[in-house]
Amino acid sequence: MPGYHSPMGNSPLEVKVISKRFGLPNSSSLDVFVQHDGYQALKKALAVKPEDVINEVKNSGLRGRGGAGFNTGMKWSFVPKQSAKPKYVVCNADESEPGTCKDRPLMEYDPHQLIEGIVIAGYAIQSHQGFIYVRGEYRYLLDIVDKALAEAYAAGFLGKNIQGSGFDFDLCTHTGAGAYECGEETALLNSLEGLRGYPRIKPPFPAVVGLYGGPTVVNNVETLSNVPHILLNGADWYSKLGSPKNGGTRLFCLSGHIARPGVYELPMGFPLRRIIEEVGGGVLGGKKLKAVIPGGSSCPVLTADEIDVNMDYDSVAKAGSMLGSGGVVVLDEDTCMVKLAGRIMRFYAHESCGWCIPCREGTSWLKHLFDRFHGGAALANDPDTALDVSMNILGKTLCPLGDAAAMPTISILKKFRHEFEEHIKLGYCPYEKTVVMSEK
Amino acid sequence: MKEQTHKSPFVILDMPPKQENLHVPGPYTRSPSLSPRANPAAEPVTLTINGKEVKVPPGTLVIEAAKQAGIEIPSYCYYPGLTLQGACRMCLVAIEKMPKLQTACTTVVASGMVVHTETEEVKNARKAMLEFLLTNHPLDCPVCDKGGECELQDAVFRYGAAETRFMESKLHHEEKQFSNLVYYDWPRCILCYRCVRVCDEGLDVNAYGIGFRGAHSEIIPNQGEKLECEECGMCIDICPVGALTSGTYRYKTRPWELTYTGTICNHCGDGCKTTLAIRNNVIIRANNRDHSGSNGEFLCVKGRFGWDFVNHDQRLTAPLIRKNGRQETSTWEEALPMVVERLTAVIKEHGPSSVAVIGSNRTTNEENYLLGRFARTVLGTNNLDHHRTADFSSLVGALTAADADGRYATIEDIAVASSILVVGNDPTHQHPFIAYQIRQAVRSHDAHLYLLNSQEIKLQRQAKQVVTVAAGGEAESIRALAGKSSTVSDDLGTLQENLRKESGTIIIFGDEIRGSDVTTLVQWGLTLPGQTRFVALGDYANSRGAADMGLLPDVLPGYGSLADSTACAQIESAWGAKIPAVSGRNIRSILQGVESGEIKALLVFGSNPVKTFSLPKEHLGKLAFLMVAELFPTETSEAADVVLPATSFAEKSGTVTNTCGQVQVLKKTMRKAGTRSDLEILLALARLMGHPWSYRTADDVLREIIAHVPGYAIALPNLLVGRAVQTQPAGTPPALASTDLVFSSKDSLFTSGTVSRYSWALNSVDEAKKPHGHIF
Repeated sequence: MPGYHSPMGNSPLEVKVISKRFGLPNSSSLDVFVQHDGYQALKKALAVKPEDVINEVKNSGLRGRGGAGFNTGMKWSFVPKQSAKPKYVVCNADESEPGTCKDRPLMEYDPHQLIEGIVIAGYAIQSHQGFIYVRGEYRYLLDIVDKALAEAYAAGFLGKNIQGSGFDFDLCTHTGAGAYECGEETALLNSLEGLRGYPRIKPPFPAVVGLYGGPTVVNNVETLSNVPHILLNGADWYSKLGSPKNGGTRLFCLSGHIARPGVYELPMGFPLRRIIEEVGGGVLGGKKLKAVIPGGSSCPVLTADEIDVNMDYDSVAKAGSMLGSGGVVVLDEDTCMVKLAGRIMRFYAHESCGWCIPCREGTSWLKHLFDRFHGGAALANDPDTALDVSMNILGKTLCPLGDAAAMPTISILKKFRHEFEEHIKLGYCPYEKTVVMSEK
Repeated sequence: MKEQTHKSPFVILDMPPKQENLHVPGPYTRSPSLSPRANPAAEPVTLTINGKEVKVPPGTLVIEAAKQAGIEIPSYCYYPGLTLQGACRMCLVAIEKMPKLQTACTTVVASGMVVHTETEEVKNARKAMLEFLLTNHPLDCPVCDKGGECELQDAVFRYGAAETRFMESKLHHEEKQFSNLVYYDWPRCILCYRCVRVCDEGLDVNAYGIGFRGAHSEIIPNQGEKLECEECGMCIDICPVGALTSGTYRYKTRPWELTYTGTICNHCGDGCKTTLAIRNNVIIRANNRDHSGSNGEFLCVKGRFGWDFVNHDQRLTAPLIRKNGRQETSTWEEALPMVVERLTAVIKEHGPSSVAVIGSNRTTNEENYLLGRFARTVLGTNNLDHHRTADFSSLVGALTAADADGRYATIEDIAVASSILVVGNDPTHQHPFIAYQIRQAVRSHDAHLYLLNSQEIKLQRQAKQVVTVAAGGEAESIRALAGKSSTVSDDLGTLQENLRKESGTIIIFGDEIRGSDVTTLVQWGLTLPGQTRFVALGDYANSRGAADMGLLPDVLPGYGSLADSTACAQIESAWGAKIPAVSGRNIRSILQGVESGEIKALLVFGSNPVKTFSLPKEHLGKLAFLMVAELFPTETSEAADVVLPATSFAEKSGTVTNTCGQVQVLKKTMRKAGTRSDLEILLALARLMGHPWSYRTADDVLREIIAHVPGYAIALPNLLVGRAVQTQPAGTPPALASTDLVFSSKDSLFTSGTVSRYSWALNSVDEAKKPHGHIF
């Protein structure tokens, strides 16, 4: 592929579990996968009761890697055992969070690991049909995943009577059409059903009423890719990899003003300062650090003083932000935080599905406000207005997209208020020409 | 698919039926089948709202519970009966032990729940939502049609901020004309999706969708820039703001300049309540926003837009008298004595049996009752009939013979039925409100719908089982079901089996079932389990009333037989006059009499037999005298010696009976100079012919009807407060003489006999131009 770059970084500090097969020649093929413990976990899972699989995953402390960080085994256990309608497993591969690019290598280099995880999930909840919902922009990954699916079918890891166990499971891919909103699980289900990608009212949650009205488990690519390793090596081994209640490792996507950007697999609870300074090689060009977005664009920013935090769900939450989807965006001292706020808001205004009022109108309002503000027409009460509008979005929308837009904005407005004041005082941006995220 | 006799006028109707196994929630967040339903039978749940203890059935939504406690929670996207959206976020309330504000429209009550709707936090949230809504809103209230009755205006006035903080330029899209009747103004739209839902869930037309994304989201019609639909205007009606406006109403007036009168729509036989809004003696619009009547806000295209014939400039406003072969404008003072003089001469020369009267399907019960009295006692003839569009007479006879009480279903019953069988007819076109009720039963009450029809009809999409029979095969199928025919197809066998599992079916039948077949249907229907009830579908606003009031040659008011001496004596004592003992001519026989010259004088009230019965116009030339009372010149009135300008439904008072047999009040809403109601005409003619009746108003006649017409002993107060009061006719009318006496006009959604020719609105929409098998 012309202009194609691997997103993978390389650091001796990495603990490779789900990325262990990355870099092997022809790593996406079934042969290579099987040579390296492939489908062993599935065989192991099929030999025990579905409840035992759920318990194993529950005990491992595996938490959803899509952003919310809910215990995966717990999520599976909410699926009713008896259901009149078919149950489904849906893999959320609609990776759209700015700053996040971890699902892509997982599907690109090791699709069989994902397939194995999905089949195990299917067995655990006794579902017989799974879907991989791939982001529209990742269309080029479809060939790789579809090829892997065909191999898995041919080798009897999918389809009827998998490995002679009597368990049937079918799996196929489906692409979105380019909507961030479809990463929200209920919007994803609507999109998968062929409807507009609008979120649904919860409750009922998908585990009870999901795809086509049937109980459905929706899990992130990275989450499901972890499952085979848990089954193979045991819950204890897995939970000890990370920090308490935060089992395993995590793919961190370093981007922004960083010397060595890329995707790195690190244990849960790895300190953020070390990620930036040791794994990523420090701020690009030896500049000073201004701020970090720790988990993708929807997380509140951390200032340079706040980066002494361990990167697990609970510690980052304690520090006032979120681990999110692992997209660590590093911002140097020349970054205009007003422009950053505007850029982030432009993304959310563009991606707001338009279903509910606060998100639809609020993001559009803030986008225009920040653009005007940064463009030199700043009014004295704009920061207050923007803060109040963000607060009016926060917690009042149907799905978390509104919160995702409001949280970083609120944090920027609160932590970098002085930059806003400076814009008002000067009447222009003091950091002209500083580009934080690509305009396109 | 075989060649259809009935061509559906819409593309939409040809869509494949919805797949049964697929759970399709539309673009919505919760499908109707998943929407919480209150269960009134269960033990009530107690919760506290603003310190007030409220007891409601489990499954009730917080917003509804608050309503019951008299507490208003503002909302836009929530609309009772439609799927839940959670989109407008106006109904956010504080619920104790819940971390965030919750939408009252999606939260189901729980025991011990404590709700606050007026805390500072809630008020601020409301204010914030309104501020968001107004960011891109044009604030053009001074020129907006909705000004004065706008839900956004009201809410901002009550809860909104006084000043705007929005300093950016507003987004703007140009206004679009979706059809001649529906306009869409994007900037005013608050995207509550009520229009989308009512069109899909209520009407099953699904003409709207949502286009684009985020702040640029907009409502888009099914044909790109245009609508192709039933043009019912429900979307306009249900729109809380001025985004969807009506082609016939826009920019004409302000709502507070109008006077409103609740009356009954005069088109089909469903009897929808409608509120006519009048300014300067002209109808400006019709809707039913006050939800009076069982139709709620429902009106079809005819009810909502099809009243403009009343204002048409071709309305007859002065009597016409044929002089020197031409109809010339005359006066009432000249015309009425002339009618009397010519009639008297014919009766004197040829006897009363040479005179015949044809009545109307739209005039009031009072007028029909008086017309019968006029024909039978003043003219002295039973040559009296009307265009029968359903065999009500046989239904009453069969039910009376079977001694079955409580077997007439009301139009409200249909919406809550558990099982419905529709035989013949196409309710979507001919009875839009009954079709709406049937869909509602299926949607909200999981009713089972069974269809027996020779054509493909749109209700198939809701049906559990469809039995398609050969053209005209409905009656044969009923005979087969009743075991009177040996050929029972598999489909019919399954239908029989299915219906035997139901616990009470409403059987709705059209003109395909008439005469002895009605008796067969009733006898078979009564063998089904549970309380089987029946509805016969007659075409027009008072088709049922015309039959009930005895506009028939051999049936008295209330379905007493002319041969029944007790029934005769009863009505004779009320009228103080003798009724001719011999049965009169039915409509076919009257028209043959006209052709053969046996009928010398014909009085036609609100009917157009030339068109309806394909009567060659030259036959009318054989008459010695023809009088027509009509709203407009028709093929029949052109041949008349005297044409009397009658009043329309909007210009007179009285009662009408819908096809289910429910009486409702028709109220005079305006005046039309030069016209007189049939009631006034009949009173004047009777007086001039030496019968000075003592009635002064329609009320006097109604009291007599209540007192003397069997089945019409209804409680007047119920009627006067606006209810639809069910009648219970019972009688032993003679059997139907011939099946060709009963046939439907097969009106489409856009036609309504002669009057629809004079409706600009009905003729302006493209859908009306598509071929349809109606008579007019």
